[in-house]
Amino acid sequence: MIAAMRVAGLLGLMLLSGESLADYQLNMVPGVTEFSQGAYEIHTMVMWICVVIGIVVFGAMIYSIINHRKSKGAVAADFHESTTLEIIWTIIPFVILIVMAIPATKVLLAMEDVSGTEMSVKVTGYQWKWHYDYNVGEKAEEISFFSNITTPDSLSIATSGNVVKGDNYLTDVDNRMIIPTDTKVRLLFTSNDVIHAWWLPQFGVKKDAIPGFINESWISVPEPGIYRGKCAELCGTNHGFMPIVVEALSKEDYAAWVDGQKSAAAEVAASASKTWSKADLMAKGEQVYATFCAGCHQANGEGLPNVFPGLKGSAVATGDISKHLDVVFNGVAGTAMQAFGGQLNDVDMAAVVTYERNAWGNDVGDMAQPSDVKAMR
Amino acid sequence: MSAVIEEHHDHHDHKPTGIGRWLFSTNHKDIGTMYLWFSFLMFFIGGTLALVIRAELFEPGLQFVEPEFFNQMTTLHGLIMVFGVIMPAFVGLANWMVPMMIGAPDMALPRMNNWSFWLLPGAFGILIASLIMSIMGMGSAPNFGWTFYAPLSTTYGPASTDYFIFSVHLMGISSIMGSINIIATIMNMRAPGMTYMKMPIFVWTWFITAYLLIAVMPVLAGAVTMMLTDRNFGTSFFNAAGGGDPVMFQHIFWFFGHPEVYIMILPSFGIISEIVPTFARKKIFGYSSMVYATASIAFLSFIVWAHHMFTTGMPVAGELFFMYATMLIAVPTGVKVFNWVSTMWKGSMTFETPMLFAIAFIFLFTIGGFTGLMLCITPADFQYHDTYFVVAHFHYVLVTGAAFGIMAGVYFWLPKWTGNMYDETLGKWHFWTSVISVNVLFFPMHFVGLAGMPRRIPDYSLQFAEFNAMASVGAFAFGFCQLIFLYNVIKTARGKTSVKATGQVWEGAHGLEWTLPSPAPFHSFTTPPQVK
Repeated sequence: MIAAMRVAGLLGLMLLSGESLADYQLNMVPGVTEFSQGAYEIHTMVMWICVVIGIVVFGAMIYSIINHRKSKGAVAADFHESTTLEIIWTIIPFVILIVMAIPATKVLLAMEDVSGTEMSVKVTGYQWKWHYDYNVGEKAEEISFFSNITTPDSLSIATSGNVVKGDNYLTDVDNRMIIPTDTKVRLLFTSNDVIHAWWLPQFGVKKDAIPGFINESWISVPEPGIYRGKCAELCGTNHGFMPIVVEALSKEDYAAWVDGQKSAAAEVAASASKTWSKADLMAKGEQVYATFCAGCHQANGEGLPNVFPGLKGSAVATGDISKHLDVVFNGVAGTAMQAFGGQLNDVDMAAVVTYERNAWGNDVGDMAQPSDVKAMR
Repeated sequence: MSAVIEEHHDHHDHKPTGIGRWLFSTNHKDIGTMYLWFSFLMFFIGGTLALVIRAELFEPGLQFVEPEFFNQMTTLHGLIMVFGVIMPAFVGLANWMVPMMIGAPDMALPRMNNWSFWLLPGAFGILIASLIMSIMGMGSAPNFGWTFYAPLSTTYGPASTDYFIFSVHLMGISSIMGSINIIATIMNMRAPGMTYMKMPIFVWTWFITAYLLIAVMPVLAGAVTMMLTDRNFGTSFFNAAGGGDPVMFQHIFWFFGHPEVYIMILPSFGIISEIVPTFARKKIFGYSSMVYATASIAFLSFIVWAHHMFTTGMPVAGELFFMYATMLIAVPTGVKVFNWVSTMWKGSMTFETPMLFAIAFIFLFTIGGFTGLMLCITPADFQYHDTYFVVAHFHYVLVTGAAFGIMAGVYFWLPKWTGNMYDETLGKWHFWTSVISVNVLFFPMHFVGLAGMPRRIPDYSLQFAEFNAMASVGAFAFGFCQLIFLYNVIKTARGKTSVKATGQVWEGAHGLEWTLPSPAPFHSFTTPPQVK
């Protein structure tokens, strides 16, 4: 109903004034990089060429429809071939195509030139989140993190209504990818499971993240800012819910962020050696579950019938804890259950297993400690 | 031979009766009728799935279906519309019209004709069974998009993927047999004097389409067979972990898939090339260049497939080759459009329903052609790829292109098939409601696509809300006004219209099919006509 009113409103606005439409984006974004601006310019050029051709062709048709109708007494002429005309309308489009091809080639060649990059970030697609790894290239930063949608409630009908729909609805993540400005950053793309596509319209970059392949592209962002994009290749159930957020920081701010990440990593390492209380594990586990598990097993632990098994009352979550740890650590071959051993650190793994065993009325009562997970590695 | 023909004369129009007439039919008209009704049924099923998609996308947020089911809807909508609606409708039209247009008594291989039709209900029964099981809570239907990219469809595919594979195999066998039949008919059964360059354009376009089908359906069968062994017998054609290559899947798929999109448009080009001269009362402009343009498009369709894959990380030389080759398609396609316009130019036009659909086809298909040209520009394609801009593009060429061509053809030939004129007022209502609603449905998709909305998502950000709501309104309007079409066809077929059709039907009609009485006799030309 609200949408219907919006449509009516929009149609009204279109009739009244063009300016009111400014809120609704009709066209491609020019974006902030050389690529995106190149793509925008060539898009604009080709679109206008098409409009002009359209006016000529449709104009001739409309003229003919109005004037050459039987009801106006038109008598059919009997011409039905002209080699000259056929040659003309073969050659003219060909020339127009060459006019389009030259700038298109120039822009493309610039985009594909990955030489002279100053740093690299490896982007890995997972069902249904992104992983950013700064651990590649000569200036290894040893920073690596997952980036998840902030509203796991968006994923099902029952909870979708709870999500506040603001300006960044479905385009907010917990951990942004951070890059420095005015730096030629090489991006490497791959995937852990199915094919995803990392798309950021403001950068003009869309590359498939393919298992077993490493694709590359590059960006150089002139202005600090927050840029948003989405996964563009159908990658399964929650394809619509794996946004991309990149934040460009000035070089100084970026250096500070790197230091912060390093000290945070040290803290995590230290916390793995202590013994955790059950309450702390449960609190931590709930966060980890929402990020890594709820996409399939759902926030209420009930899974999706016939697609993803529930954990509430399940044999694994209420049975032997070492078996439970094994399933989460090594995954289940031949199913969508991934091996989380490489994705979760000792603390997160212990916390999420503890959470699954004691949430939603499972109440097994036992818990896993980071040291138990460490022993599995 | 002549004795046999004489004998058949005695049984002229003695049709078999009851269900046997249809089950065991070897008659090109009855089989054509079954193809067309099958296509019509699938059109409403596939359309219903589209309305589920549009209902979910009416507003931001999830309201009606879970994301998992949404993916099943997009997948089955695509598969049913491509393989169950457009292709069978074209084969149905070919069955009906090709023998009549070339002066033949029937198709060359009538028993194979029966078999190629009766495989289809089985194929789609299997596919739709997976959806019914999904609704009944017994597992997921295919959910990986009609393009079924590996490894989403192999390692990660639901159990029903094996149903899907079997179904595609059956559709492939059906299509290959159908096209062998059409080629054999056209090569061997033309009336004396009908040389290749005297064949009606519809026959030409189908002749070329049949070759495309024979060339690429085995490639599709190969792709799904590799999926089958990957899924069930431990091979790793498309599994990177086993040394396979997920990108190879896309190359194989699109080597089939791009010619496939021309398979779905060339016969419509043929229909339009029959209708425009009839209602302009003027011969088709540039007959031979129309034939050469069709053949050029068919040739080019084999060397452009990777323009669907610009974002997979091809070498830049590959990207340039596929961009340039794709651009070339604009040339023969342009020639066709210019020839249609020149045919109308200085004609003496009337605007019965078939002509209205044909004119809408030329306008709207051309818009789809323009967006196609935009999409082939690689750097811009990085922004368009996998967005609603692509969805808008291929619906303009498939709905207002292929499907409008089929509707134009049905109105054009229905009087010949049934002996009754359809209801012109209802036809015009159907046309105007369709042409308006289809643009409300698909035109806003260009905007949301350019603004950044990816395809195949069940929920979207707020800036896309207005245009999505508008598209959904258009979708329901377009869907329901097809009921006018259904009603009109049934009314005409049952002889409830007041006007009986003459043999020639249309004032400007030329060609052998119009020399037969309406309705056309059960066996078309028992004595071959002489073509001068």
